[in-house]
Amino acid sequence: MKYIGKKLITMLITVLIVTMLVFLAFRVIPGDPVSNMLGTSYTAEKAARLRTQLGLDRPLPVRYAEWMKDFFFGDMGKSYTYGIPVRPMLAGKVPITVTLTLISFLLVVAISIPLGIYTAKHEDKWYSKAIDVLNQITMAVPPFFAGMIFTYLFGLILKWFRPGGFVNYSIDPVGFVLYLICPSICIALPKAAMTVRLLKSSVLGESRLDYVRTAYSRGNSTNEVLYKHVFRNALIPVITFLGVTLADIVAGSIIVEQVFSIPGLGRLLITSISTRDYPVAQAIIAIIACIVIIINFAVDILYKVIDPRIR
Amino acid sequence: MKKRLLTILSVLLTLTIALGGCSGRKAGDSSRITVGIPQDLEDSLDPHKAAAAGTREVLFNVFEGLLKPDVNGDLIPAVAKEYTVSEDGLTYSFILREGVKFHDGSPVTAEDVKYSIEKSAGMTGEESLIAAFSNISRVDKVSDTQVDIVLKENDVDFPAYLASVNAAVIPAANAAPDVTPIGTGPYKYVSRSPQENIIMQRFDDYWGEKAYIKDVEFKVEAGDAMIMDLKGGSIDMCARVSVTQVKQLGDEFDMYEGSMNLVQALYLNNAVKPFDDLKVRQAMCYATDTQEILDLAFDGYGAPIGSSVFPAFGKYFIPELADKYPRDIAKAKELLKEAGYPNGFDMTITVPSNYIPHVDTAQVLVQQLKEVGINATIDQVEWNTWLSDVYAGRKYESTVIGVDASSMTAEALLGRFYSKADNNFTNYSNPEYDKLYEESKVTLDDSKRTELFKAMETLLAEDAANVYIQDMAEFVPMNKKYEGYVFYPLYVQDIARIKLK
Repeated sequence: MKYIGKKLITMLITVLIVTMLVFLAFRVIPGDPVSNMLGTSYTAEKAARLRTQLGLDRPLPVRYAEWMKDFFFGDMGKSYTYGIPVRPMLAGKVPITVTLTLISFLLVVAISIPLGIYTAKHEDKWYSKAIDVLNQITMAVPPFFAGMIFTYLFGLILKWFRPGGFVNYSIDPVGFVLYLICPSICIALPKAAMTVRLLKSSVLGESRLDYVRTAYSRGNSTNEVLYKHVFRNALIPVITFLGVTLADIVAGSIIVEQVFSIPGLGRLLITSISTRDYPVAQAIIAIIACIVIIINFAVDILYKVIDPRIR
Repeated sequence: MKKRLLTILSVLLTLTIALGGCSGRKAGDSSRITVGIPQDLEDSLDPHKAAAAGTREVLFNVFEGLLKPDVNGDLIPAVAKEYTVSEDGLTYSFILREGVKFHDGSPVTAEDVKYSIEKSAGMTGEESLIAAFSNISRVDKVSDTQVDIVLKENDVDFPAYLASVNAAVIPAANAAPDVTPIGTGPYKYVSRSPQENIIMQRFDDYWGEKAYIKDVEFKVEAGDAMIMDLKGGSIDMCARVSVTQVKQLGDEFDMYEGSMNLVQALYLNNAVKPFDDLKVRQAMCYATDTQEILDLAFDGYGAPIGSSVFPAFGKYFIPELADKYPRDIAKAKELLKEAGYPNGFDMTITVPSNYIPHVDTAQVLVQQLKEVGINATIDQVEWNTWLSDVYAGRKYESTVIGVDASSMTAEALLGRFYSKADNNFTNYSNPEYDKLYEESKVTLDDSKRTELFKAMETLLAEDAANVYIQDMAEFVPMNKKYEGYVFYPLYVQDIARIKLK
């Protein structure tokens, strides 16, 4: 449990640093929430009054300390632009982004593990080489680009799904998940391609080791050796990679949400940054930071479960 | 191991979905329409705090004032049945319409009206969005059906402000108008989800002509995704589509053509060199060719204008001003020479990058200005930066933007060029203009006022205060299932008039 305690402290420090950077970043970029809120009815007096009202006239460290304290107790403040508390605002958005992330991740795992083993097993065959080439291409396709192509091809021409036809999970859970499948594929494809390649080389590397030769000489079949010994060992670098990938998907979903007009955290984050809605942007970034840290933490634990040699 | 991981993940996934709850929407016979809006109402839903034009045009369906605008921009009675003005022009007496109900079912009382006007005018502590309301001296409840508004000074335009969403009548009993907007309009507010949608439903107890469509969803959709959604069928209509987007849509839609009702111009900071020189400004006007801008950037659509008034303003609009500065390269060069810039000069055009039509316009302008030796570069900035640096800070040389009118008063367009006006972002200053403006404030006779406003409008053109371009064309594509879209000369989306074919 000492390990977990240590991890928790690291987590806290990371959140602290990330949020501090966000605070500073907002200070550096031009524009402020007041000019955005007043828009074309801006006057110096109105702006000054509003600034006092929002507490923006206080020094930065004071504002930061206050925000951190409230955030710790679950109070994320009130959105400047919407005038409503941030927490209920985000509560409806988190499940959307989390679902999108999980579906994408499941796809990465479901595609890459079998394919990785398959290509490693049939390394010399032509179709394995063909998959390699295909892999290389897929890796280079950014999700937003795939998104545009998919929307055009499957949405407008083949009409497999309705572009922009997102339904909220509270209205139609099935339709919600179905709509997320296409964006998930766009996110998953390049990640899966990388994982396939990594797993293949990992399996191949592992197969050349002495213990594998020993296993063969004991008369084990190829499949037995592959799944019982090689696969398990080859999985370790892959798990590490998948952990990083999952964190990456959380961030990547922000862009794909724009392309497929999914009203998740990402869309809210982008607009809150452009309108300088500090409370909302800070809360979202803090939440994403927490998610990423939790994932890393889970990967660390998993790592140990798979390979007890690592202590 | 793989299996276990998968199981955990799928359980998590199911949980996320299940925890979301499943209220389920009942399938009904009722009519519905999805209206695309390019940005969310990043605003309070309290009508008295709704600053953005994009918010007001949506809330127009929910709220009404004592008066409201009709499709021509004329004032018609709404919550008030009629009104009279005292002889000295200071007391406005409103007789309330009988049987007007709020969306929560309660009747509109004289107390509600008094509360609303006082709240909107900033008399109860909040900031007022209508500057002219600082002129209200007091609001009196005379009887259960009559409310008097007493002004400090005469203001002929006063009734026009009462028609704004910012002066809506709301129930005094509603403790949280920010979150639960309740009004008297043809639609009642149901729910909102930030960056996703705003849902409204027909108000069946509406006092006037009831809306046709029962359920309305305003769906937030940015840029090109809007066109995809229209094509795919998840949006039925949206306003303010550009010419290029219209071409992508083809003829699958009914296309309504109107105008955006704004003054698009290359606005010049009259306080910085070289734009403080009349000759330079005139030279720039001669250097530009409006028709070419329309042809290149707007496919020929748009109404050229020559001053800060757009055609929907009818009696105030002087169409001839658009031809005041025909393209004349030789004359432009000569003027530049006289002003001391025989070889032209360098300048920057600051443009908000989210408004593609303005960016396109700036690009054509750069080419046209180059021909007289003016070397312009475009600086694209974020909208927020534009607001703080250009509009509020006035730290810029020139900018391409469209200025709209917040109400159907000439004041809304021409007041900003008064040298002491808070919103005079071009720093235009001419004592003669100021004199005309001050006179218009105290003149009561309508035809005399119209003359004064026209004189101000002409002066702006003669002074070449800005390089005026056009009132941009607007297109509203609508799914062929529906009909009845109407344009207002104001920033308004009237959904109540739309019906199924």
